[in-house]
Amino acid sequence: MRTDDTDASTTKPSKRHQRAAMIAEAASGGLKTILIKITLLGIVDAIALYGLFILFLQQQWIIFGLVAAVTLVVNWIYFTPGKLPAKYLTPGVIFLVVFQIFVVGYTAYIGFTNYSTGHNSDKAQAISALMSSAQERVPDSPTYAVTVLDQFGTLSFLVTDPNGEVSLGSADSPLSPVNNATIDGGEGVGLTGYTTLSFQDILSRTTEITALAVPFSDDPNDGALRTNDGSSAYLYLSSLVYDEQADTMTDAKTGTVFTDTGDGAFVSATGEEMLPGWRINVGFDNFARAFTEEGIRTPLISVTLWTITFAALSVATTFFLGLFLAIVFNDMRMRGRKFYRVAMILPYAFPAFLSALVWAGMLSESFGFVNQVLLGGAEIPWLTNAWLAKISVLVVNLWLGFPYMFLVCTGALQSIPAELEEAATVDGAKPWAVFRLIKLPLLLVSVAPLLIASFAFNFNNFNLIYMLTGGGPRDGAADVNVGATDILISMVYKVAFTGQARDYGLASAFSIIIFILVAVISVVAFRKTKALEELNR
Amino acid sequence: MMTVDGATRVIPLKRPFALRRWFARTGWRHLVGIVMVVFSGFPLLYVLSASLNPQGTLTGSNQLFSRIGFDAYARILSTPEAPFGLWFGNTIIIAATTAILTVFLGALAAYSFSRMRFTGRRVGLLTLVLVQMFPQLLAVVAIFLVMSTISDLFPAIGLNTQIGLIMVYLGGALSVNTYLMYGFFNTIPASIDEAAKIDGASHARIFFTIILRLVAPILAVVGLLSFIATTNDFVVASVLLIDPDKQTLAVGLYRLVSNPNYADWSAFSAGAVLAALPVMALFLYLQKYIVGGLTAGSDK
Repeated sequence: MRTDDTDASTTKPSKRHQRAAMIAEAASGGLKTILIKITLLGIVDAIALYGLFILFLQQQWIIFGLVAAVTLVVNWIYFTPGKLPAKYLTPGVIFLVVFQIFVVGYTAYIGFTNYSTGHNSDKAQAISALMSSAQERVPDSPTYAVTVLDQFGTLSFLVTDPNGEVSLGSADSPLSPVNNATIDGGEGVGLTGYTTLSFQDILSRTTEITALAVPFSDDPNDGALRTNDGSSAYLYLSSLVYDEQADTMTDAKTGTVFTDTGDGAFVSATGEEMLPGWRINVGFDNFARAFTEEGIRTPLISVTLWTITFAALSVATTFFLGLFLAIVFNDMRMRGRKFYRVAMILPYAFPAFLSALVWAGMLSESFGFVNQVLLGGAEIPWLTNAWLAKISVLVVNLWLGFPYMFLVCTGALQSIPAELEEAATVDGAKPWAVFRLIKLPLLLVSVAPLLIASFAFNFNNFNLIYMLTGGGPRDGAADVNVGATDILISMVYKVAFTGQARDYGLASAFSIIIFILVAVISVVAFRKTKALEELNR
Repeated sequence: MMTVDGATRVIPLKRPFALRRWFARTGWRHLVGIVMVVFSGFPLLYVLSASLNPQGTLTGSNQLFSRIGFDAYARILSTPEAPFGLWFGNTIIIAATTAILTVFLGALAAYSFSRMRFTGRRVGLLTLVLVQMFPQLLAVVAIFLVMSTISDLFPAIGLNTQIGLIMVYLGGALSVNTYLMYGFFNTIPASIDEAAKIDGASHARIFFTIILRLVAPILAVVGLLSFIATTNDFVVASVLLIDPDKQTLAVGLYRLVSNPNYADWSAFSAGAVLAALPVMALFLYLQKYIVGGLTAGSDK
């Protein structure tokens, strides 16, 4: 079959071949298969159409185009005969491309932006957010009758102004007149395509409704309508004035002028920054910060070194303990080996995140079992002293990891032919020489890829670090939230997702640095194992 | 006359037991074994004992098995701010769905890589190997931002939803698992599907009724490993799931115990025991297959 397919890809099959293949396929497929296929594709298409409809309403043209193209390609693949590989690959490839390949590329993009708390939208959104946060009700302004409408979860105001003119607007679109509204008692109360919220609905969505500010016109300086009760609205004006020509924001109360200096925020002459700002490309700024700012560079270097040390030591300790145990228990004369084996696999079977949490409790400085019972009330700071915490992390990881190495080494030892050992013994080799010169090299060849995989795993062993020590004890001198036991991935997580200021840009820049490190280490490691394999050939 | 002097000679059936020799040969191995059993079993006994201690605090848990009761289990199952039952259900749903879909999508892809020859096959395989080097959690920032964009447009599959989380897991697990299965698919002789093809079976029928049955062991291993990995994941789950009711065990239990005001160590231990039991039972029951699967990658 394989040779057939190779031929098929090089020389095009004749018409007769194709027809025969189609008949064969149709004859074997059966009605049931076709029905299942059509139903599944129907469901996919229905979901895609719904998605396209939403994207059309939201005017997200790029995503709209992508979704439409993917839907068309999927239909084309499954409705035309042939293209077997594509039929089998497409479902997996879609997920792989979006959530693995695309996100890696997107990480690289974010690394070059200032995306962070206070810089997470575009400039227009930042301006409207700034202006609405400074909004105050205009004294003695007229009352506008308002009806709250809902369309696909988005709220709009149907506003009747004091002159009886009806207009419609939402958070994103300013008020514009409508003429087909349902009028009741001189007020607009409904509109085709929209659902009018009942009194109950208004009560249950109060926070959403009171937060809604509908712009009065395209010019943000004209203010916005807001309501407190869902029935009457007032004009709110911002104390900030935006000058589009000069691209400045002026605080009407104090008269301070804030200008866009190109750093993604309005900044006053004294250097005061107005937040929220917006997202801009900052080029290599994040990388420059990582490598030049003292408060970031020092922890970055120490964390990188510790990550490599931690991963290497973890592999070494677990491997040697596992190998030692595999040799010890690989003796046919010994009884109860099965019992020992199951008992030693237990740490591996226990979910890893729970192990770390349990050990964190056991190593607690003043209440934990290790200090209180085993060491008779000593107060040893297992997790809060920088060096002891590093040792604790390694010991706990030894506990977590040795069963795997034990299993792997046992398997590898047992697969070495017994004749080799017999031959060597006949030739007069001592047991240690047999082990060192014959068994170990053979074992290393089969285990080396697994050791590399284990290194890669520990390089990103987030759960252990984060749940045992939280990366701590914290390094007080650093400008970013890192500690003595933090590894690169936990540092990325802490910079991006913990604390008040989330710096996605800097965290992504760190991620890219990790990508490069991992790539370099992998290339070197695979070269080395190749050399090892050829050595034994 | 016959002298039967040989009859007086006694041939010992068994050598006399010598402690020294026994210790040198296997006894010391038992010593090592006992030390290792204590080292590996102790933390687990400690959790079990703490979970049975009705009292609660970390200090109170230090007297192992001093008191036995199931109060802590009742407490963890009824704490309103820690909906343990929901976490457990969420974890099972998310992990099981991810495992089943990963196995299915991975098997589809592995089948085509193993049995079909097409342009881009080599590039595809190489991509799978390369992608494996960059685990998904490195891109967690981008995943979060992509998912928050998605939830602006489609809240049903965005942040804080199980479907969204499962989709992310599917993308991350496929490359490793496809490659693992690809190696195993190659060990099934192609003559089997050729014979079926000659008998008139379609590709779909060959795949679903013949190949999938033959590779069942690797499907079980991949499914189980994916289940365990999903259960253990904290990074992606903690970023995507926000409501306590939507969280998984890893996120929920961590948030619970990392809260400095929370002092009910027994209840946490009870939760840990309940959470670990199904995984450990499954693992020990299937350990033979898992060990085979773990080393499978080293063959190629």
